[in-house]
Amino acid sequence: MSSKPGWREIPIGAVLLEPGSSVKVRTGDWRTFKPIIDQSKCVRCLLCWIYCPDASIKVIDVNGKVDHVEIDYEHCKGCGICERVCPRNAITMKPEGE
Amino acid sequence: MTVSSGELKKARIVGLTGDEAVAQAVKQCDVDVISAYPITPQTIIVERLSEFVANGELDAEFVPVESEHSALSVVTASALTGARVFTATSSQGLALMYEILYITSALRTPVVMAIVNRALSAPINIHCDHSDTLGARDSGWIQLYGENVQEAYDLIFQAYKIAENRNVLLPVMVCLDGFTLSHTLERVELIDDQDALSYLPKKLCYPFPINPERPATYGPLALTDFYFEFKVQQAEAMRQALSVIPQAMREYEKISGRHYYFFDAYGLEDADVAVVCLGSASGTMRYIARELRKEGHKVALVKLTVYRPFPTEELVSALEDMKVVIAMDRSLSFGAVGGPLFEDLRSAFYDHEKRPLIGCIVYGLGGRDLTPSDARSIFKYGLEIAKTGMVPERVKFVGVRE
Repeated sequence: MSSKPGWREIPIGAVLLEPGSSVKVRTGDWRTFKPIIDQSKCVRCLLCWIYCPDASIKVIDVNGKVDHVEIDYEHCKGCGICERVCPRNAITMKPEGE
Repeated sequence: MTVSSGELKKARIVGLTGDEAVAQAVKQCDVDVISAYPITPQTIIVERLSEFVANGELDAEFVPVESEHSALSVVTASALTGARVFTATSSQGLALMYEILYITSALRTPVVMAIVNRALSAPINIHCDHSDTLGARDSGWIQLYGENVQEAYDLIFQAYKIAENRNVLLPVMVCLDGFTLSHTLERVELIDDQDALSYLPKKLCYPFPINPERPATYGPLALTDFYFEFKVQQAEAMRQALSVIPQAMREYEKISGRHYYFFDAYGLEDADVAVVCLGSASGTMRYIARELRKEGHKVALVKLTVYRPFPTEELVSALEDMKVVIAMDRSLSFGAVGGPLFEDLRSAFYDHEKRPLIGCIVYGLGGRDLTPSDARSIFKYGLEIAKTGMVPERVKFVGVRE
């Protein structure tokens, strides 16, 4: 706690003057279930990318084409929406620590 | 308020009700955004302002909304753009604003709101008491109380001066008693339009105005690791206000000739018993104090203009030589030690060497008249305590049927 700034050092009214700073908040720490992608079942339809409320599905392009998708575990809160929407059952929610 | 005779421009003298006077002052403050929802006895303030905007006398956005909750939301958000804003309400309207009250102060927006004091339901009642604003005393707003229509007018200018000070940046409530002031026509001296504008800070005082060129986040989440720090900032702003307020009042005196301070004292220099009160009751109390002093009783009246921040040190040093202090509360804090003003005063003296006996009078709930004979009985109660050296009841109700 002492490494954080004191009340005199932060802008009044809790205004955040730096845009996009929410990326620094590791919301992945909140997760209790972790989505695991079975790349052999995934057909890259990107429905998970569309539905993910935290923009935590990363699309990896190779030579300008979709190669595969990955999970951004630093920000994924483990809501499980991707598992529900996946038409190929390629995503499974597994308890953290397993 | 006391009047000094200096070299001043000749004031324009008009007859205005309290509501009209507030609207007139807001117009002269050249506000940019007004949003409000009508509620008796405040309605005339925003009715007049909407007329000023409609007929081109005031260049402002007037935003009609569906509730007080929205009205305060509109002006708070507008203030974040750097606009000078105004809203007004009473009683149930203030109660409906509660959620936003704390947000307005925590976002540090210099909103000015006139509150025409009115009792809270139930039973439904449109007349004056202070239960609406006294209930909001912990919401982080500065609170100023006017005794008469002239003060209600003058306090609007001072409210903007205080709210928009960079060391303060807190919202201000200007409180005036429902009907007794809001609907009563009195003689009012208007200040000059140019004087008003030169007295007020330049616009865009808010330090981080919303600007698409510089994106920022307003009202974000702050949890266990930051919330506390922002609350301490607010406490510090209130502390700063204690030095900014008298400065703003001194500067206002220069353009108006009218002297303001945290409180106005009558008869303190030789008194044994002082009564402290808020708002329009001060007139009746002062009149009776004068009569009693003619009869040889050493009584005084302290009218508190600034209730939040509570001018603790100033009041303690003004009242420390009294034998008895009587706090007059026009609201109830059910189940508490006493009325809110009483509790503040009594607590202020706890660690002071010289402590007067302090009594609490609750009066005037739901607009019950404070008659001259009630006023006399309140001073007599104080004189009796001075004689016996004992406060017989912690809270005494005056004007209620047994």
